[in-house]
Parts: sequence; structure tokens; C-alpha cells
Amino acid sequence: MTHDRIRTPQIIIIIFLVILLIMAYILHMDLVVLFNESLIKLVMNGVLALALIPMLNVGAGMNFGLPVGIVGGLVGLCIAVNFRLTGFPGFFASLLFSLIICVVFGWLYGLLLNRVKGREEIAGTFIGFSIIPLMNYFWTLAPFQNRQMLYPIGGQGLRPKIGLDPYFYNVLDNFCMIKISGFEIPLGLLAFYGLLCLFLYLFFRTKVGRAIIATGENEAFSRLSGIDISKIRLIAIILSTVFAGIGICVYSQSYGFIQLYDEPLSMAFPAISAVLIGGSTGRRTWIFEAVLGTYLLQTIYLLTVPIANEILIPELTEILRTFITYSIILYALLYRDRRRIVY
Amino acid sequence: MRYKILAEKLFNMENLVPTVFLLLSFFAWQFSGLSGTFVLNQVITRFIRDGILVLSLIIPVVAGMGLNFAIIVGAMTMQTALLFVINYQLAGLPGILLVFFLGIILAVISGFAIGHVLNRVKGKEMIVTIIIGFLANSIYQLVFLVGFGTFIPVANEEIILSRGIGVRNAVDLGMYRNTIDKFWLIKLGGIEIPLFMILVVLLFAGIISYLLHTRFGQEVKAVGSSHEKAEIAGINVNALRIKVIIISTVLAALGQLAYLQNIGMFDVYTAHMNTDIISCAALLAGGASIKSANIRHAIVGIFLFHTLFIVSPQAGQNLFHNAALGEYFRSFVAYGTIAFALIISTKYEKK
Repeated sequence: MTHDRIRTPQIIIIIFLVILLIMAYILHMDLVVLFNESLIKLVMNGVLALALIPMLNVGAGMNFGLPVGIVGGLVGLCIAVNFRLTGFPGFFASLLFSLIICVVFGWLYGLLLNRVKGREEIAGTFIGFSIIPLMNYFWTLAPFQNRQMLYPIGGQGLRPKIGLDPYFYNVLDNFCMIKISGFEIPLGLLAFYGLLCLFLYLFFRTKVGRAIIATGENEAFSRLSGIDISKIRLIAIILSTVFAGIGICVYSQSYGFIQLYDEPLSMAFPAISAVLIGGSTGRRTWIFEAVLGTYLLQTIYLLTVPIANEILIPELTEILRTFITYSIILYALLYRDRRRIVY
Repeated sequence: MRYKILAEKLFNMENLVPTVFLLLSFFAWQFSGLSGTFVLNQVITRFIRDGILVLSLIIPVVAGMGLNFAIIVGAMTMQTALLFVINYQLAGLPGILLVFFLGIILAVISGFAIGHVLNRVKGKEMIVTIIIGFLANSIYQLVFLVGFGTFIPVANEEIILSRGIGVRNAVDLGMYRNTIDKFWLIKLGGIEIPLFMILVVLLFAGIISYLLHTRFGQEVKAVGSSHEKAEIAGINVNALRIKVIIISTVLAALGQLAYLQNIGMFDVYTAHMNTDIISCAALLAGGASIKSANIRHAIVGIFLFHTLFIVSPQAGQNLFHNAALGEYFRSFVAYGTIAFALIISTKYEKK
């Protein structure tokens, strides 16, 4: 197993994190509050990172088409809000609606990706990009009834930002919250995340899960052993899309708003770089790598905000975020393909 | 049998995509209610504005490297040169010449670097170029939004934000606006034809066409069809691919210069955004695929794609009473054309 070897990007990221922590300490920031927030950020973005694992394991590369699943989840959220469902029933109803829609979306997306074997990443990028304007039609024309979701004037078309405050804002975040001398541990949220991780872990131990891993490791060999490659790839892609849908539901309930229109366009990139920071090389990926990577990346994001404000250039946060995200993806693309040539 | 061949000829990919675009633009134009003269004027403006950028994509496609989304880097190098020259307040001809040469030098350097990177990821160039574009964009923002006023000395206070750090969002290029476009402006009825700029774009088309017919061009085609065969024929594949990317980046830099002087207003942080997507979509609209492209594809593509781009918001307004729907339609067309080309070409490869 090579997955426990620490490589250059991880070292750089950890050094960067330590520098940020020292800066935060010097600037007298409340580290306890930052720690509390980091746990919420982990789960908020962690499910989207988990969503990449099935496709990485089946050998279909990084899922740059994550927006396909994200818009599916957004439709689910909008339906739940449309019926004014509140609290846990509302949240779980949105998960259920997302699940159904994402299975359909994932199936179609999988059929497309099965036609572009070997070029899934670039095709996925553009399928993800093109579904955004298509869904913009849906957001504008779909007959939603809840006035709080619609534009105040005209009453047609959903707002770009729908507040979840009266519905299920933070239901999961505040569930079983334990407070010990300033520390706030969102136990319910972490348990939910743990359950999803456990589900994925158990899934990869089933027959189908093993077939997915086998296909990712050696496609020719698994075809010879009688595995239906197209079907297995389709299952992995659907699973990935469904997790993206669940991911955006968790994200939105934490964030407090459903963000529609062009917002999901670039959501795939931070999730991908999180998995890569965790140690994935763009092939077989372990759940632990996704969790660790998300925690490291989100903590860095969290720390850059107050520090950039302190030195009076607020834009620096966003620029640094994109810079870190894309340089990690680029590094991984270069590194992975080099390794492939070697063997 | 003859009919079958005829039908295949008519409905192969090279003609199908332009036909679809032609029909779509025709109907969108009908619904938009815009006058033909207006649309034609606009399309001619877009032709001289985006022409060189679209042409810069051709050679990498012929070399088998797919669509070079990293032309956005070329666009940014030219903008960098422009901002530095404006910062040191060099007006007039020396200023323009300095922008020109500085931009080309930067484009050559970055093209060289991109070429090296792409040699490590043969077969996956497109996804890498798109990430390079995003990464270059954040470096660009870092330099101009954070670097100016902190570690780059500011000589021209006018272009700096009031807090003293970072360049303003928009810099006026009034002194350069439409300087070249007004050369040899011919008016035919209501149609304005900036003959000089059209000739410039056609000159670049001619240069690319000539390049592809020289020995260099033959080598590029050989590399495009098979690396192994090219290697056997004694071509240094890696060096050639680097040259191809350098040419593409330099052409993109020049294209961006033509674009900026036509617009006359320089949106520092957004002028280069989506140039890669729009140029690629325009090339594909002309019937190119990610394996083959020529001058005709580029020129036909610019006309078809931009006609649709100009008329669709107005058509959306008239059809649905909502201009935004037309906007969504055109971004869908831009992304969708590229997605379609990727899906189709991989399918044909297998056969």
C-alpha cells in the first residue's frame, strides 16, 4: 500500500496551515471559535468530497461533472421548501427528493460518460458546465408556489438565494450539540457524516463495491472475469451523483441559503482538491483521505478570511482559495499521468 | 446506394453542426426582430474582434493536442503587458510598440512553460489546459489586485483603487480605441466594413494556412496522427509540441490586443474571462472537431456562432418576455457545443 506515504503537496499544505495558525495566534484570534467552525465546515463540504470517491475508484477519474449531482440536490431542496416542510422532516424530505432526482440525473450522466471512456474528465467538465444554463431555465420557469422562494416582483422565477431560516436552517448542525467550556462539538452533524462514511465503507465491501474497485485497478482483467464494465461504471457514477446531491443538501442547511443559478458552476473544484490534498492520486481513494483532505483545506480557507481582513485586502481570501485549489488539481494531474507512464 | 453516400455526405459531423447553427441562428434572428444590417454590422465587429483568437486554436488541434483552452493565458500576457505600460505612462507609438513586444515576449515564455507541462500529460491535454487557465487567472488576480501597490511600485495613480493597493476594475483605453479599426472603413449602405482589420485577420489566416503547408506544418500533421510514426520519421515530438503551443499562445496574445483595441474599455479582471470557451465553441460551430480543424472552420464558425450570440437575448425577450432566457440559451450553446464535440469525437474514434 502506497497510500500512507506523505508527498510534497501534503507537506506544503501542512506547513502553510502551521504558518496560518501561528499568524492567527499572533493576531489574537479566538482559536476555540475557529476550531468549532472548522468541524462544521468539515461536514458542510465533506460530503461533496465523499461524492468523488466512487468515480475515482472505478477509474473514471475526478468527477468534474459534480454540478450534475449538485443541481439534482438543489431541485430536491427547492421541492421540500416549496411544500414548506420544516425541521428534520423537511431536511430528510429534501434528501429523499434529491435521491430520486439524482438517480435519474446520474443515470443519464453515466450513459454519456460511458461513451467517452478515457476522456471523462474534460467531458464531465463541460457536461457540468452546460447543465447550469439548462437548469437556469428550470429555476426561471418551474411552477413553484411558495412566495418566499420567488422573486418579490413579478412572482415568476426562483430567487438566486433562498433563505432556509424558517425551514431547516442548521437542523443538523444544532442536533445534539455538546458544549464544554467554549468548545462546541456538533455531535449530530458528525454522526450523520460518520454514517455516510460508514455506508460508503460498507458499500465497497459488498460484491458490487469490490467489482468497482477491481474495474478501477484493471479494467481488462475484470472484463475477463465476467464483470459488466458499463454497468459497474454506471453504478459508480450514479452513486457519485447521489452523494453530490446529499452533499449540497448538507451544505445548504449549514450555510442557510439555497444558492441557485450560476453558483454551483465551480463547486466541483474545491471538492476535488480536498480529496487530492488528502493523499489521493486520482485513482483508488480511501474514505480517510477525503475526510482528512477536506479538514485540511477547509481549515486553511477558514483561517485565511480573518487574516486577509486583518491586512486590509479582503479579496486576497478568494484569490488564495482559487490559487490553492487549482494548483493542487494541476499538480495531481501532472503527477498521476507521470506515474502511469512508468508502469 | 448513391443516395446513401449522398446522405452520409450531407449528414456527417463536419456539415451537421454548422447546419444546426445556421438553422438556430436563422430562427433566433427571425424571432429577435433585429434588422439584418444591425446583425451583420455586429457580426463583422465580432469577426475582427475575435478572429485571431479563434485562429490561434487551429494549430494545436492539427497537432493532436485538442482544444487549447490555455489561449486564455496568452490573452492575460497581453493584458499584463498593457497594464505595465499604462502604469509607466508610455503614450503614443512607443507605448503601443512596447505593449506589442512585451506581450509577445511574455506569451513566448508562458507558451514554453505550458508546452513543457503538456508534454507530461499526453492524451489529457484539454483538462490540463483548462486548469492551467484557471490557475493563471488566479495568479493574474494576485499580481494586479494584491501585487500592485505592495511590491510593484505604482507610477500611475489613476489606475489604482482608492485604498492604494490593486488595479481598478476598468481602465480606459480611450487613446487606443478603434485606432486601427477606422483604417479603410468602407460604408456600403448601412453596413460598415473595416477593411484593414478584416485584411489583418485574413492575413493571420493566410499565415496559419501557409505554416501548415511548410515542412513545419507537415511535421505537425505527422505528430497529430501518431506520435510513434512521427518519432520514427525523426521528428522531435516534444520540441514540436512546445513550438505549437508557443505559436498558439502568441497568436492568442495578438488576438487579445485586437479585441481590446476594438472594445476600447479594458475590464482588467473580466476581459479575458470565457475567451477560451467562446473561441473554442466558435471553432467547433464551423464544423471543426477536436481532431481536425482548418481556416474555413474558424471563419464560418465565427459568423455562425456570433450571429446566434447576438440575436439570442433579443429572441428570448420576444419569445418569453425574459431576456435572461436568451442569455441562458447562449451560454448553454457555448458549453454544450464543446460537450457535444467531445462526446461525438470519442465515439467516432472507437469505430
